[in-house]
Amino acid sequence: MRSGNANSGTRWADAELTARAQPLVEYTLRLADDALVLSQRLGEWITRAPELEEDVALANIALDLLGQARALLTYAGQTEGAGRDEDALAYLRDDREFRNVLLVEQPNGDFAVTMARQLVFAAYQYELYDRLRASADQTLAAVAAKAVKEVAYHREHAALWVRRLGDGTDESRLRMVAGLDAIRPFVDELFDTDDLISQLGAVAVDPADLREPWAAYVDAVLIDVGLELPDPDHTARGGRLGLHGEALGYLLAEMQHLHRSHPGASW
Amino acid sequence: MVTSTAHVRRIAAEVPDPEMPMIGIGDLGVLRDVVVEDDGRVVVNLTPTYSGCPAMEAIRADVLARLAEHGVHDAEVRLVLAPAWSTDRITPAGRAALRRHGIAPPGPAGSGPVPMQLTVRCPQCGSPDTRELSRFGSTACKALWTCSACHEPFDHVKAL
Repeated sequence: MRSGNANSGTRWADAELTARAQPLVEYTLRLADDALVLSQRLGEWITRAPELEEDVALANIALDLLGQARALLTYAGQTEGAGRDEDALAYLRDDREFRNVLLVEQPNGDFAVTMARQLVFAAYQYELYDRLRASADQTLAAVAAKAVKEVAYHREHAALWVRRLGDGTDESRLRMVAGLDAIRPFVDELFDTDDLISQLGAVAVDPADLREPWAAYVDAVLIDVGLELPDPDHTARGGRLGLHGEALGYLLAEMQHLHRSHPGASW
Repeated sequence: MVTSTAHVRRIAAEVPDPEMPMIGIGDLGVLRDVVVEDDGRVVVNLTPTYSGCPAMEAIRADVLARLAEHGVHDAEVRLVLAPAWSTDRITPAGRAALRRHGIAPPGPAGSGPVPMQLTVRCPQCGSPDTRELSRFGSTACKALWTCSACHEPFDHVKAL
């Protein structure tokens, strides 16, 4: 295991070396970490959602994402061939080794912030998985074919809530507008493309190709209730390189604590 | 002992779903196929309903235990993702069992990812006057509905 004291420059360089050596592992980790981190975030809503049905809904969505993450992490570990299984990858990597976009690690905020993120992310993941079904990699294609059907329900769930809040009371509308403002800086990173993507060719989906169909869906939902995605006053990036905000550190501390304190514990 | 594929499949098919014990994994479509290899080793291929379905581990253990009860000790369970499970794999007998136990079976999944919603009949009184309370229910595969005729809530297996 690498030392936790290594400075960030070294760690970042390590990550880039790994990415060049094993592009499929790196790409699979991007997909897996988006799902895993958002799953953990959504789990925080359980017992705190505005109504019981939402506790159940958000828990179910989190569970779907966790299932996707487990399949992807297992595959990343097998492809890497260094003996790391899904648990090693989920619980024993530090924040700099996570490849998720910054959007999914942001704190939940109020329910409207979470629903704004759900709409943006589920619509993105839907277009992504829909195309990944045709991946030249059979495992990624199989995971995507299964997941796209689940994500279709996530997207619809978010769209219903965004419409309801946007078209509800003055207060709910204000909160929905604020929710869209809050997540807007983290949207553009979803569609960033880089060398890894071109290197993988027909295995990967180019995120840049997703922007147009994604926007068509999201805009249609928002226009319906007189809302729009604002122009961002700034954009934040870096998640794919392991450069995260402090929010991810706290999230991982909670998620990884038990496994690191009691390795191999089961019940 | 000579182990025939059909025999092992019958045994495995009867393993109940842990969350919907009125239906076996054969009728649920989770049991994909059974292969008896040349050396007598049995491979049972299962397909998960949802990616995160927590019942899969229990089903795997139950299949191995049930096979062992029937003298099949050299067995392995493998998870197969493709082609993805669909509610269209639930057999007519499975659908009838769900309905008998108060769970409205799914409509056709169709070709699109989110199918057209046909009328869901109340499994208690048979009325088509029903509405959805929540898209997400007691398990990943179910939605929560209520009947406007008899006022009873019920689970509905979502088309997938």
